[in-house]
Amino acid sequence: MTLAVKAVGIRKSFGSHEVLKGLDLEVAYGEVLCILGPSGSGKSTFLRCINHLETPNGGYVWVDGAIMGYELSRGALEGLPVKRLRAQQSQLGMVFQHFNLFAHRTVLGNVIEGPMVVRGLSRAEAEARAMGLLEQVGMAAKASSYPSQLSGGQKQRVAIARALAMEPRVMLFDEPTSALDPELVGEVLEVMRNLARGGTTMIVVTHEIGFAREVADRVVVMIDGEIREMGGPTHVLSNPGDPRVRSFLSRVLA
Amino acid sequence: MHHSHSSSTSALSLADLPGPDVAIRPLHHPWRWISGGLVILLLAVIGRAFAVGQIQWTVVGEFLTAGVIITGFGWTLLISACALVLGVLLGFAFGIMRLSENPILRFAAWLYVWVFRGTPVLLQLLIWFNIALVFPRLYIPGLIDARMVDVVTPFVAAVLGLGVNEGSYLTEVVRGGISSVDKGQKEAAHTLGMTPGQTMRRIILPQTLRLILPVFGNSAIGMLKFSSLAATIAMGEMLNAAQRIYFINGAVIELLFVCAVWYLAGTTVLSIGQYYLERHFGRDGAAATRERRWFKGWARRPVASGEA
Repeated sequence: MTLAVKAVGIRKSFGSHEVLKGLDLEVAYGEVLCILGPSGSGKSTFLRCINHLETPNGGYVWVDGAIMGYELSRGALEGLPVKRLRAQQSQLGMVFQHFNLFAHRTVLGNVIEGPMVVRGLSRAEAEARAMGLLEQVGMAAKASSYPSQLSGGQKQRVAIARALAMEPRVMLFDEPTSALDPELVGEVLEVMRNLARGGTTMIVVTHEIGFAREVADRVVVMIDGEIREMGGPTHVLSNPGDPRVRSFLSRVLA
Repeated sequence: MHHSHSSSTSALSLADLPGPDVAIRPLHHPWRWISGGLVILLLAVIGRAFAVGQIQWTVVGEFLTAGVIITGFGWTLLISACALVLGVLLGFAFGIMRLSENPILRFAAWLYVWVFRGTPVLLQLLIWFNIALVFPRLYIPGLIDARMVDVVTPFVAAVLGLGVNEGSYLTEVVRGGISSVDKGQKEAAHTLGMTPGQTMRRIILPQTLRLILPVFGNSAIGMLKFSSLAATIAMGEMLNAAQRIYFINGAVIELLFVCAVWYLAGTTVLSIGQYYLERHFGRDGAAATRERRWFKGWARRPVASGEA
């Protein structure tokens, strides 16, 4: 088991409100980890701290041999220039709740943007690879459409292809189905299921207990900025030890 | 009224209903005809007053294509174009600074807007024109060393005055446009590894441009008119040229009318251009759709109230 991500003592506060109270987490290559928890428990903030969309107030994240945003020098963490941080961030593919597609670019334009601008691929090469990815998420036919012409589920599948185009080591999903109409959730989960089957390392913040049960190798339950339960999905979901986790699960499974 | 109305209609029995081919006479709108007629009359009176007034229309026609006027109009266009370019550049530079993480840059941009939007543009023109009184020499080591009066000619003063002033307005416009592009797209660009500069150039600014294009159209129209203020600092643009002519021949109104014709021609061309630009860029923009709906709703309202 090779470690892909290791979060150490992550703390985050917004003003006087402490959202994350020192979280530790390890994710191995090929693993699918689902983070569950009631809204306001800090699970999205935790995910955003992992790829430094939010800078943690304490602790650090190690990704594949380097610390996100810092360089270890004489026993202290020295902040990295923004360009090197961005290079690190591109190792972590991010899928957002609200898709965040570039509104002025076509579906294809969204997917080739990162490879062309950040990795310097030629347009032809970027397009060829992008079409392959769009095929994979079932959106190749819509390559020349604009985001405003797509349904929520289609947008999210394009967003997944866009993140995959950077060939990230780990895929992060921040409540990828929470903004979707119920009948569109299935198509997005199907794409994610296929990714998991293909061996993609994934950290998924979600409310989809069924998906977690079926696909996750491990499940984490967060409550009030702390990890209260961690383990295999069958164990955590059917037999949680923590009373607050039990009460949360009984509410969402009801 | 309601009472008499109902008593006359309630008595209509099924047996009395006319056949399908009954003649239909729509309601007449006599007040539309009367008000329309009044306005036409008023226009005719104004038109006649000018026709018989003390204006030599032949002089207007004569000077409309006079070389001095055409040259002046050329300067007017040149000043407007240069000042607009300067204004747009400054607007983008300071608009981006206004949203900087650096509080000193933010403050500098705020100061710029505060000073140049808070003082009259005519005053600013006069200050630029007389800047040599403050700084007699322009000296940048290794680059330039000259007398300020030679550098800041009336043309330069006009472009600086109008452009810097316009920039202060456009700063606020650009700032608004940038803030209205949703923050999530910026985050998405960051997670792809794009630097702040790449994100601004490739993701934020192209979308900002679409949003603020209508304002730029208005700026261009405004600039064409405001360039006439340069006449006061001895810049030989069209109004100044007209003034120099009527000081000699006394045909004041005639030459002012000549200017009016040219300004109207210029603003009309710009308005048409703006219309097509907006139509082109706003094709599937959400803002344009909203505007259309709003317009339709506004147009429908009087009909609905007429039926009620």
